[in-house]
Amino acid sequence: MTSSFPEEVLEHVLSFLTSQTDRNAVSLVCKTWYETDRWCRNRIFVGNCYAVNPRILIRRFPDVKSIELKGKPHFADFNLVPEGWGGYVYPWVVELARAYPSLEEIRLKRMVVTDESLEMVAKSFNNFKVLVLSSCEGFSTDGLAAIAANCRNLRVLDLRECEVEDLSGHWLSHFPDSFTSLESLNMACLVSEVSFSALERLVARSPNLKTLKLNRTVPLEKLSTLLKRAPQLVDFGTGAYSAEFRPDVYSSLAGVFSACKNLKSLSGFWDVTPAYLPVINNVCSQLTSLNLSYATTQSPDLTKIVSQCCNLQRLVVLDYIEDTGLNTVSLSCKDLRELVVFPSDPFIGDVDVQLTEHGLVAVSEGCSKLHSILYFCRQMSNSALIQISKNCPNLTCFRLCIIEPRAPDYQTLEPLDTGFGSIVQNCQHLTRLSMSGLLTDRVFEYIGTYAKNLDMLSIAFAGDSDLGLHYVLSGCDRLRKLEIRDCPFGDKALLANASKLERMRSLWMSSCLVSFGACKLLGRKMPGLNVEVIDERENVNSIPEYAPVEKVYIYRTVSGQRFDAPDFVRIMGKDKDAVYNLS
Amino acid sequence: MDQIKRNTLNLFEDNDHLTTELRLGLPGSDDQPEIKTTSLSSNKRSSSEMGSSSCMDENESTFSPPAKEQIVGWPPVRSYRKNILQVKKMESDTGSGIYVKVSMDGAPYLRKLDLKMYTSYEELMKGLQDMFKCLIGLYSEREGYNGSHHALTYEDKEGDWMLVGDVPWEMFISTCKRLRIMKSCEARGLGGSL
Repeated sequence: MTSSFPEEVLEHVLSFLTSQTDRNAVSLVCKTWYETDRWCRNRIFVGNCYAVNPRILIRRFPDVKSIELKGKPHFADFNLVPEGWGGYVYPWVVELARAYPSLEEIRLKRMVVTDESLEMVAKSFNNFKVLVLSSCEGFSTDGLAAIAANCRNLRVLDLRECEVEDLSGHWLSHFPDSFTSLESLNMACLVSEVSFSALERLVARSPNLKTLKLNRTVPLEKLSTLLKRAPQLVDFGTGAYSAEFRPDVYSSLAGVFSACKNLKSLSGFWDVTPAYLPVINNVCSQLTSLNLSYATTQSPDLTKIVSQCCNLQRLVVLDYIEDTGLNTVSLSCKDLRELVVFPSDPFIGDVDVQLTEHGLVAVSEGCSKLHSILYFCRQMSNSALIQISKNCPNLTCFRLCIIEPRAPDYQTLEPLDTGFGSIVQNCQHLTRLSMSGLLTDRVFEYIGTYAKNLDMLSIAFAGDSDLGLHYVLSGCDRLRKLEIRDCPFGDKALLANASKLERMRSLWMSSCLVSFGACKLLGRKMPGLNVEVIDERENVNSIPEYAPVEKVYIYRTVSGQRFDAPDFVRIMGKDKDAVYNLS
Repeated sequence: MDQIKRNTLNLFEDNDHLTTELRLGLPGSDDQPEIKTTSLSSNKRSSSEMGSSSCMDENESTFSPPAKEQIVGWPPVRSYRKNILQVKKMESDTGSGIYVKVSMDGAPYLRKLDLKMYTSYEELMKGLQDMFKCLIGLYSEREGYNGSHHALTYEDKEGDWMLVGDVPWEMFISTCKRLRIMKSCEARGLGGSL
């Protein structure tokens, strides 16, 4: 059958499949399909940079234009992964430079990127177009200067929440005068001041610029100058949004905002002076995305703005918005899909801010399209969770953080098992869940039974015994990422579900009860897994085998153990000198 | 629910593929050994909790609940978000810190340090030793580098590299532009020998 089906036709058909999952499925059908896919797949996604290595990648895919790599586990965002753990991009860049001179796009998340790597990217790829660095670190503005100076066809330079050694703002001036292809620039995480005139000239000569996210040092008074040069902007992030109120500045700013007919997304607003907020009134109804999470101003100011955003789909805001503001959201933003509420002061116990579970319930009632929630609050009840689950059966992502660990239902003082149980039972499309509050093994029983589409689960300070972990590992068929901290889960459930770990991307457990011995056993018995014990204690070599490790990170890999690990990372159960080359 | 109960029982029974492949026993032992649990506190917690609970009590199988003080990585908010309000408060009263770059010979990348966080050379040394996990000795004519492998030097406003410790602390922090932790054998030129 396959011999009568011309390869060119197959290739043409496959070219319509862009999702990585579909492509992976296709490549499993038969040898011909595998070969066709590998020759024409040019967008590659590697969810864990240690699951594979550059050589295996290059051998399989001869023609790659776009690559996305992820390094450290998610809990690295909260300082749980010690510095020096790994995730270095340099070895990848070296091989990619050699194999794919026409590579156009690199997207990295939680990787260590050095200036050397950036310089190599800048010099190795003639047609380089897109550089997106998310939560990366290890580079300085010198590396950015190299990119600016050499990448003549660059379209996207997007630094999302990176830790950059900011030597000066001079890097921006390295974009040559002949450089006009910029479409997206996000420098919000940088600290140094760039030359404003260089920035203005860059914006003026970039007719395709759609996204511009400034850093804090660009003052409010200069925004109109920039926006006048780029009325075509779709996504704009202001710098520090504070200044003494002056009517001329105000009206000038209001005027340029009104001229931005394509503006759909706004962010920035650091240190906001409330008097300047209404300049965006005229664009509010255009907005589909609004990020006010740096706007440290009170509820009435925030509420006035959101009440005009009738087409808003994504709202990111501080808890300053309070329940009253969220009530307004539920009445005004009928198209809302995603809500994120961050805590203004995560550590102080008693806070005046009136943000409770009522705000979230209100939004769930009024916004029928809501599918993604990240909510920080100080109290929660089972009845609220049940209500939310009934109001939003289409939830795909539910992340709730009750700031006090192990906080019970504040009304009944019971665990929040039934509330979260209701979420997983009613929201059949749930793919991501983060839980908090007082939770027993029961909630994991519900999750294992009902959360059949769950892809990622985050657990903290929850559960009573190994049974909890066992329910999850044995019940959640689609689970790929599991991260756990401070839970009484130990060896039994882990070892009993060892084979499940090979069907997942990764498992993180810190401050749990998994012993050295179990890690060694797992590492020895499962060649397809790297079992990394991350333990910084000085006396770690004299700790007995039955004692718990500080942290363990387990992930599947076809690349064998890695050799770039620091001394506080031990890859358990593998012969140090052996190289597993499973191709 | 029956299915769940069955799953529960299976976990703790002799299930063929479980017991032949993976057992809890240490190599060479036949039975399952008693798993001793320890309290969850590790000596990496934030300092406020360390004083009372840093010793591991092996007979305790319950958990000390997390302290009301800050727990590492909780709540799960990225570092730059935690500082939003703090930056506002800080800028209004104390003024910005004195940040200098710190390099250590052999380390792949540099760190940044706020000299205003310290009030003496001893505190600075301790801070650096914690950050770089090394032993640094203050130089003295008599004892050399005190047996340690590293020496601390700084670049002053005129661009000269100086040995740390000669001038009063206040003068030091006003002239120090960057710090370098050198191997003490290389610091010989600054007047010392091992």
